[in-house]
Amino acid sequence: MSEESVKKESQPAKAPERVYGVGHKLIGKDYPTPDLYAKVTGLAKYAEDYHADGMLFCKLLLSPLPHARVKHIDTRAALAMPGVKAILMADELPPPADSLTDNGTVIKANLKSERALTMEPLYQGEPILAVAAVDELTAAEAIEQIRIDFEPLPFVIDPLETLRPGGPNPRLEGNIWVQAPAPSAAPGAPPPNPPPPTIGELKWTKEDFANAKEGQLPMGKVPGEWSYGDLDPGFKNAALVLDETFVTPDTSHQTLETRTAMAYWQNGKVHVFTGTQSTAQTVPAIARWLNIDPSNVVLISEYTGGGFGSKITGGVTLVIPALLSKKVNAPVMMRISREEETFIGRARPSLMGRMKVGFSKEGRVIALDMFVISNNGPYDANGDVPSSGRIVSLLYQCEAMRWRGATILTNTPPRSAQSSPGGMQGIAIMEPIIAKAARKLGLDQVAIRRINCPEGKAPVGPVMKSDGKRPHATSAFLKEALDRGAEQFKWNERVARTPKRSGTKVRGVGVSLSCYVGGSIGFDGLLVITPEGRVRFQSGIGNLGTEAVMDVHRAGAEVLGVPWEKCDITWGDTAKNFPYTCVSGGSQTTHAMTRAAYATAMDAKKKLQEIAAKSLGGKPENYEVANERVFRKGGGAGMTLGQAAAKAIQLGGVYDGHEPSADLNKLTKASMAALAGQGLIAAAKDNYPRDGQTYSYVASFAEVEVDVETGKYYIVDFLAYADVGSVIHPRALGGQVLGRSVLGMGHTLGQKWVYDPHYGAMLSTRFYQNKPPTILDVPVNMQWAALDIPDPETPVGARGVGEPPVGGGCASILNALSDALGDEIFRRAPVNADTILTSLEAGRPMQHPLMAHI
Amino acid sequence: MAVIRDVMPAFELLQPSSIVDAQKLLQQQGRDAWVLAGGMDSFDWLKDRIKKPKVVVDLSGIAELKGIRATSDGIEIGAMTTLTEVVQHPVIKEKFKVLAESAELVASPQIRNQGTLGGNVSQDARCWYYRAGWPCYRADGNICYADTPEGRNREHAILHAERCVAVNPSDTAPALIALDAKFVIRTSKGERVIDAEDYFVGPDIDITSLHVLKPGELLTAIRIPSAWAGAQFYFEKVRDRNVWDFPLLNVASAMVVSNGTIERIRIAVNGAAARPLRLKAVEDAVRGKAANAATGTMAGKLAVEGAVPLQFNAYKIPLMRNLVKRAIGGVEEATWTS
Repeated sequence: MSEESVKKESQPAKAPERVYGVGHKLIGKDYPTPDLYAKVTGLAKYAEDYHADGMLFCKLLLSPLPHARVKHIDTRAALAMPGVKAILMADELPPPADSLTDNGTVIKANLKSERALTMEPLYQGEPILAVAAVDELTAAEAIEQIRIDFEPLPFVIDPLETLRPGGPNPRLEGNIWVQAPAPSAAPGAPPPNPPPPTIGELKWTKEDFANAKEGQLPMGKVPGEWSYGDLDPGFKNAALVLDETFVTPDTSHQTLETRTAMAYWQNGKVHVFTGTQSTAQTVPAIARWLNIDPSNVVLISEYTGGGFGSKITGGVTLVIPALLSKKVNAPVMMRISREEETFIGRARPSLMGRMKVGFSKEGRVIALDMFVISNNGPYDANGDVPSSGRIVSLLYQCEAMRWRGATILTNTPPRSAQSSPGGMQGIAIMEPIIAKAARKLGLDQVAIRRINCPEGKAPVGPVMKSDGKRPHATSAFLKEALDRGAEQFKWNERVARTPKRSGTKVRGVGVSLSCYVGGSIGFDGLLVITPEGRVRFQSGIGNLGTEAVMDVHRAGAEVLGVPWEKCDITWGDTAKNFPYTCVSGGSQTTHAMTRAAYATAMDAKKKLQEIAAKSLGGKPENYEVANERVFRKGGGAGMTLGQAAAKAIQLGGVYDGHEPSADLNKLTKASMAALAGQGLIAAAKDNYPRDGQTYSYVASFAEVEVDVETGKYYIVDFLAYADVGSVIHPRALGGQVLGRSVLGMGHTLGQKWVYDPHYGAMLSTRFYQNKPPTILDVPVNMQWAALDIPDPETPVGARGVGEPPVGGGCASILNALSDALGDEIFRRAPVNADTILTSLEAGRPMQHPLMAHI
Repeated sequence: MAVIRDVMPAFELLQPSSIVDAQKLLQQQGRDAWVLAGGMDSFDWLKDRIKKPKVVVDLSGIAELKGIRATSDGIEIGAMTTLTEVVQHPVIKEKFKVLAESAELVASPQIRNQGTLGGNVSQDARCWYYRAGWPCYRADGNICYADTPEGRNREHAILHAERCVAVNPSDTAPALIALDAKFVIRTSKGERVIDAEDYFVGPDIDITSLHVLKPGELLTAIRIPSAWAGAQFYFEKVRDRNVWDFPLLNVASAMVVSNGTIERIRIAVNGAAARPLRLKAVEDAVRGKAANAATGTMAGKLAVEGAVPLQFNAYKIPLMRNLVKRAIGGVEEATWTS
């Protein structure tokens, strides 16, 4: 099929026009973001676009082996080359720093965590040293002059291999992290933090492996376990019990901007230029990595070319140019190549999952026994394994459930959170089972999801020790999203359509539930009303492509009744004074920072009313704020915002930032002190109550067409219907809902790692080998919509959206494929022509689910 | 010594403006010279510092290597003609559509704008071990890493493997074989013209090159005779992604059918072996037979006789069987109403 014919085939009807933000002026409306022009014209400066006088370049020497000890390094020839200025090695890194929490307790540094350079590489591609030179070519040629002697050490790529009796360990000490509990608190003192985890060894028995049938995940002992309800009666009374193994792929984040960083030192402060998902919160991370005080860190990050969880606070390797810069007293640029990014750029861990699920004859999940292990790479444990259990328990409201899991270390590149960490894998493992159950029980695929999906204050996860109850969600309107989505997608018509096969083509439809966490609380906002009558929002959010850095402040402008044209946003440079801001990870920003923006605007409003009362008489409550003025209710005396700001400067104290509110974070207070006197300064902590944990939800629908003679398939149509609370910025929301759906689809469509297990070497280091999805792999006219029902537990009503669509993007395609081809085709993702053709030929699944990386 | 990738090494860049000069430079530099066409294959090798030629001879300034010309018997396409020009050329679209179709499925629009027809047929193997610089047979070593008990070989050969199991990744090569194209090669002794299928070699002939060019030789043009103009063509490429992907397999055929009977046929597949395979046995078997599904089915089975799968590429056998079947018997198209 040519590219042109792909396009022609996927032209569904245009979506109905939706009007969002009814009753609002700014919330729910599209607008051109202040960074738009720079982005589309190329004026936007990413880390690589910065230059400084006398700037040097550095390149990295990466380990060729998956696990080794560096015995000897000879750098003499490299250092003798003209233009080579310095070499940085692991022993020159500052010792890992402890960190201090906001309540004053110390988190001890984990000395076994990842650092920027190492003398004991734990994966192929781990940086060992860096060379600074006058240009990159010189640095590269110098690296080729360095002689390193390695002592190879045992290594393991596959988590099951290290679990075998006598299997190799990825680290000298073992293959799992062991977390000791926190010591008990002294009377009156805050509870201390647990000590850093240590590395232990986990091996399963021969019997554990022998007990698993062909294609089944063996289930040995694992450190993680929780449960609620009673599984036995559920399985006993079930009309159908399925026991399925499914494996999800390791997938690199593959942000278009690699983790390039430039740094220099000036007056004792380090200035770092890099891409990061979070601006304000990257400062303490850099300070910790460099073991310096956060007040000596300036971060410039105006634009970030994608993160997806791989750059929540930048990347630890940014210390390399910072330390080299100190060493040679010149700015140093470290441009990370695609080859380097493949190794150090983070990835989602593969999950191997086995689920035993009991269904009632109506399709209700009455018992679920879930077992998962992850391929974590060699460093800090990721939360994917526990998170997969929580998300599955919420999304399918299992009546009784046990979750067990282990995070297994291997000699593969370090993982980090990737959009919907654990949620995406849990959904990808569970959804094909739901689809199979519906077929076996003769139920409609939407109907079976409707009776299982969460509603309202739905319970999630296990009983908490603190209060003896299961936690619950703030709200869930997923049933409405499923119903409206099914209607818009014309689900019933598509299901009823015959024939399913015509010529060599078979069509299949799939639906998936999807959800992930969608918000945190307790952060600060900060704004300045200037004597010129403008409102300046100080935004400490990262500009990572979601537009939350701008969007959340629309909620503040709406409260103040200020036209958007009179608003300015300061972002991207921590020297410009930002408030205590959430990290942009876990889809928390829109929720957390609209709350902070709302609180801050309310603080500004209160101060305006007080200033008006002081200036014009009467009580503050006699005044209202609208139309860029504060004036007596019902008409009469008033003043412009500019006049009120001038008055605030005169009044000083709480009005112009000299007296911050006591509950503000110290970072916010420091920023206020720097801005004090510039106008009316408002700052507030989000103290709004919240009953429950915040999640967002998506119902995803897909249709595929498979050619049974070639195994090639196309996604013909796709719709994602989102329950994300109030819509703040429709165009950005649509970009997130569909963009993250595509991220999920990549896991079905072909994204993967290929590893040679004998050598422990990655073979899929280039895009054409690891196959992230392209724009032509998804339907031209994908659709999205949002319910726009406010979440009742947050003043603006908005929840986060980045991650919730991902699982549905992956699983709706898997389900559409099994609808087209049956349940005997695939047992792992991705699913490609090789899997489909060999299984169709044999009439049974031909690929071993547990043999990955091919 | 340590290894670093993704940094272009320094080299001397020579930019001749005529075929004569280019051939002379290549002759002078011998094995030290690297021929640069569109660069889509070369830059990978150079940036990875696996190939470090002293001299790069850039052909982009040679006007006589570019463009599509009518000849007394068909057309001649300069080796430096871009794939996009091939796709869009009215004569190719009208008379030799199989070539336009194959060229349109190469990589991505950006790569087709830069990549050339000569480069596409002369590109190197994409075996992930070989391309990552592993010292395999193809790189003058003494092992094939893909053909080991744990080797990863999903995209490798099912036919004619000989120590090395890499495949030829070109999409246009089988189309040119189906069209009975002639490759024009400039050597120190003058011009040599060879059949398309003779341009390509397997590891039994030369394990370090996919084509016959020797140092000092230059592919200057590809001639397409009019013998197959307007024939019944078929091209299909199966790949994982819908754009920017090499073929898992592709097939190209040209048939002259008269009263439902196959009078003449040429058919080739690529992605199955280290060279694009002209399926002569299939051609002989179907000549004189009805151009229908039954003949296609018979041809498909014949085509994969002797195929030997590796651990992860058994799917290529039914895939090749079905592609050959479709090339001859046609595709049973879907008749969806929605």
